[in-house]
Amino acid sequence: MASTSFKDRNLLAVIGDEDTVTGLLLAGIGNVDKQKRNFLVVDSKTSVSTIEAAFEEYTERKDIAILLINQHVAEKIRPLVDKYNQAFPALLEIPSKDHPYDPSKDSVLKRVQKLFGD
Amino acid sequence: MSGAGQRENIFPTRMALTNTKQRLKGAQTGHSLLAKKRDALTTRFRAILKKVDEAKRKMGRVMQLASFSLAEVTYATGDISYLVREQAKAASFKVKAKQENVSGVVLPAFEVDRVAGSDFNLTGLGRGGQQVLKAKEVYAKAVETLVELASLQTAFMILDEVIRATNRRVNAIEHVVIPRLENTIKYITSELDEMDREEFFRLKKVQAKKKRDAQAEDARRAALPIADEISPPTQEIAADDSPGDLLNSKDEDVIF
Repeated sequence: MASTSFKDRNLLAVIGDEDTVTGLLLAGIGNVDKQKRNFLVVDSKTSVSTIEAAFEEYTERKDIAILLINQHVAEKIRPLVDKYNQAFPALLEIPSKDHPYDPSKDSVLKRVQKLFGD
Repeated sequence: MSGAGQRENIFPTRMALTNTKQRLKGAQTGHSLLAKKRDALTTRFRAILKKVDEAKRKMGRVMQLASFSLAEVTYATGDISYLVREQAKAASFKVKAKQENVSGVVLPAFEVDRVAGSDFNLTGLGRGGQQVLKAKEVYAKAVETLVELASLQTAFMILDEVIRATNRRVNAIEHVVIPRLENTIKYITSELDEMDREEFFRLKKVQAKKKRDAQAEDARRAALPIADEISPPTQEIAADDSPGDLLNSKDEDVIF
């Protein structure tokens, strides 16, 4: 169980498109600390390996409690997202402006469906 | 009978029997406790599951609203995303984790922890400042929903894991530990019974032998007094009478 040291996790991190990141930064979740950001803007030019690296970094950082990721971005690194099963940081797939939310793709909701199914 | 099923490899003694019985009792108590824990957790889990489902759907709407307000900002002020990104320094919107205890399982719950006051420098956003503020508020609300959802989801993940572990334990106790202890008790009981029977038989045998010996002794004793009764007079007679009778009495002695 990965419930150790969740006391000092108090940041949110976000991987998403420009609008999502801008909005969340407006809300004040942005944190820049020694050139280390807790947000990544993904556009059409961003490579999958960059997203994967950011995902790995944010899931391994000890100060992040919640990782928000746009669903269409999560789709690009779906194997990694589906494999991720730690409790901390909590991984949350969020909808973006151009891509409406599709519950059937969400890795957590898939598990929910499976549990309700049987 | 004792060979049926698995059993512990112990020596069948009364003490081992008592110990095993105690362990069986302990296992049964543990089983019922774990089953209760599992039920409590499952109840909780179902509730959370429902909430997660609802919250996920709610999140879709909230984020849509937030995106819309950001679109309004873009319409009023032009693209501010670069500016906003560059001005992000220290997070004013943080979360705090607190613990909640559900039958021995620690569930973390995130709480929104906002630093009061805006550290955003909105200079350069002369036009549409109000829209920016509004978008900010809307997004803050959206993030609050997200945080709520995240804590539900974390609880969901942890509960899922714990329920699995508890289920495994319950099943292990029910299907492995308890039958094994029961088999051990059966084995010890049967062995002890066997030993009892053997002991009983042995005692019987000893008794029978003793009885036989005693009877033989009695018979001998019974024979002896006759000889004693007979011999002294003979001796007396022998002493008194002729030496020719002495031979007879000596013959009696030869018997012993």
